Amino acid sequence: MSRIAVRIQNLGKKYQLGARGKKYSTIREAIIEAAKAPWRRWRELTGRENDSQAFWALRDISLDVPEGSALAIIGHNGAGKSTLLKILSRITEPTTGQVEIEGRLGSLLEVGTGFHLELTGRENIFVNAAILGMSHSEVKRRFDEIVAFSGVEKFLDTPVKRYSSGMQVRLAFSVAAHLEPEILVVDEVLSVGDAEFQNKCLGKMRDVASLGRTVLLVSHDMAAVESLCQRACLLDAGRLVGVGSVSDIVRQYLESTCELSGEIDLERHCGRPPGVRPIFQRLRMLDGNQGLSPVVRVGGTIRFEIGMHSETPQSARNLVFQVIDSRGLTIFTTSTLQHQNERLEIHGYCEVGCSIQNVRLTPGRYHLRFALRNGRRVLDEIRSDVEFEVLRLSENSSVKPPTAQSGVIVAEAQWDFRSQVMSSV
Amino acid sequence: MKEILARTPESLVEADADTWEEDSIEAPQPVVDRSGDPGRLDARLTRIVIRPTAGWRSINFGELWRSRELLFFLIWRDVKVRYKQTVFGAGWAIFQPVMTTIVFNVVFGKFGKMAESVELPYPVFLYAALLPWTFFAGAVSQGGISLIQSRQMISKIYFPRLLIPFSAVGGQSVDFAISFLVMVGMMVWFGVAPSLNLLLLPVLVVGTIVAALGASTLLASLSITYRDFRYVIPFMIQLWMFACPVPYDISRVPQEWLLLYALNPMAGMVDGFRSALLGQPFHWSVLGVSFASTGILFIAGLAYFRRVERRFADIA
Repeated sequence: MSRIAVRIQNLGKKYQLGARGKKYSTIREAIIEAAKAPWRRWRELTGRENDSQAFWALRDISLDVPEGSALAIIGHNGAGKSTLLKILSRITEPTTGQVEIEGRLGSLLEVGTGFHLELTGRENIFVNAAILGMSHSEVKRRFDEIVAFSGVEKFLDTPVKRYSSGMQVRLAFSVAAHLEPEILVVDEVLSVGDAEFQNKCLGKMRDVASLGRTVLLVSHDMAAVESLCQRACLLDAGRLVGVGSVSDIVRQYLESTCELSGEIDLERHCGRPPGVRPIFQRLRMLDGNQGLSPVVRVGGTIRFEIGMHSETPQSARNLVFQVIDSRGLTIFTTSTLQHQNERLEIHGYCEVGCSIQNVRLTPGRYHLRFALRNGRRVLDEIRSDVEFEVLRLSENSSVKPPTAQSGVIVAEAQWDFRSQVMSSV
Repeated sequence: MKEILARTPESLVEADADTWEEDSIEAPQPVVDRSGDPGRLDARLTRIVIRPTAGWRSINFGELWRSRELLFFLIWRDVKVRYKQTVFGAGWAIFQPVMTTIVFNVVFGKFGKMAESVELPYPVFLYAALLPWTFFAGAVSQGGISLIQSRQMISKIYFPRLLIPFSAVGGQSVDFAISFLVMVGMMVWFGVAPSLNLLLLPVLVVGTIVAALGASTLLASLSITYRDFRYVIPFMIQLWMFACPVPYDISRVPQEWLLLYALNPMAGMVDGFRSALLGQPFHWSVLGVSFASTGILFIAGLAYFRRVERRFADIA
């Protein structure tokens, strides 16, 4: 049985929201209000004003994090994830409840906290490390390692203000990466920097997790979450709505998210280029069991159904689907021409379906782009803001799942192993 | 190997290396088996309990002491940054009190005829008082807005918040030390010999720093809640100087008001500096009252700071 590294009990955090927006109809009222304003503001600042509303950023959170586990905290913007991390990092105090932490906790809510643009890279390493809680001797010992990891050794004695933003982030992260607390709390750090840097961060975090340290991670990158963590918890409007295996929670989250929904209204969709008269009405994404879901597992089936409507008869040559990955690479294109060589006649309402079987994409988020064309003429097109998610195979398979780093597709490879007894020499 | 990787624009090699490495790890397993002896573990690991607090809180001296390296680095950063990309560098530390001495010498000494009532050369008389006062004014104005300036840090990482105003004061004390050199030069120039009174100087230096720490922590915690203090502080410091015997001698203060006057911590410190440096007799009762009020200011500042500290991250 593993020990509990972080025990959260009935945690709550209340913020006061100032209620404002009264309009004064007369000049006399406005002058009186202006004269009273300092008094009112003073009451507000001292917290005596009961006019303001209470807002619970977190409410009744109870959670145990076992030592040596990596827990992902996921949820929509404003769900309370960052507030939770701030309480764990002791930046802010809870309003109710308590947290017990066993071990040294290092938090990384931002890379480069305390960086000063006027200081050189070398100077900033020391200051930043001290702020993150590293001792001076520790930094001195690992200085070369930090510099090598950042890859900015040539510019160590240049003020950081002359660095590119990428270099600044790399330097900042390498300091943070060499922090060695028993419990590491990380907030969305992975969302900055380029793909190379993100891979580097992921690798480092994986190292940390595999060394038996406890990691708490907030991220919107579901592929990263799935590859790093075994367990996850889902926050919604300040409440804990689910704790469990990472694949269950990720699925629960993705299905609850409105930006990623199984049914999309296309009538006034923002992904349509300007000046195009809408023909597409809606898009439905279905899983293998005909359930609405924008999520598909590797090897599963996803079906797209497009509803189209036109008052005047429209004749189109074909309907084209394109799947693009997060790096902008087109994975494949498919068109109705592959099925039939006939024109599409649209008058009134009609639906076109397209099933893609045995999806062999590596886990991650993919964009869907589709257009109704008549030769070169575009009748209607949706270029962006339609997405679906590919999840890794299954939650408890012992097979190591491929990640975005391992390529674009998941090969259907068969491995066999034959041993041959070597004759002794 | 690492060097090559860091410079390769495509992370192909690295990504591969990552993947291979990962393969060898079945599932994250704690390397150290700690299940056997929980007692030992408890002793080794620090244990923190976070829960809501209310009211006045004591100061966590142990934590402050453990953070002394961070304090040093924050001061170091402050000093480094202040004179980066300036032509005169640390010369600015001297420039300010020297210019003030010259201007005051003309305005108060010549026009105001203050110099006539002072036995000593008026510039030395002025500088001996401006020395602690310039430090105090700089420290309080920097310390007072230090929390507002560090709000980025406050909302992103935890460390004892007291280090912020402390490091601002610490940064100014480097200038303080430099401006002592001018004092020595002036004493040589005007032929003022040091006396045994100089022995009390270290105590006065400490007293001045403690007063600056007290005022800075109090104003810093006030100004982060009430941003009005941003505008009040510069103005307040300007007026405060006239409540200290800087351009005039303390003998000008009516005897019956003297002890009330000494409630201003800096009144006793400034006068004490002048006496210690220039070999004038000390005004012990003034010194006593000022040291007591310095202590009260320091304790009040720290206590108020600790009380409102818990809100800093939310209102910063």
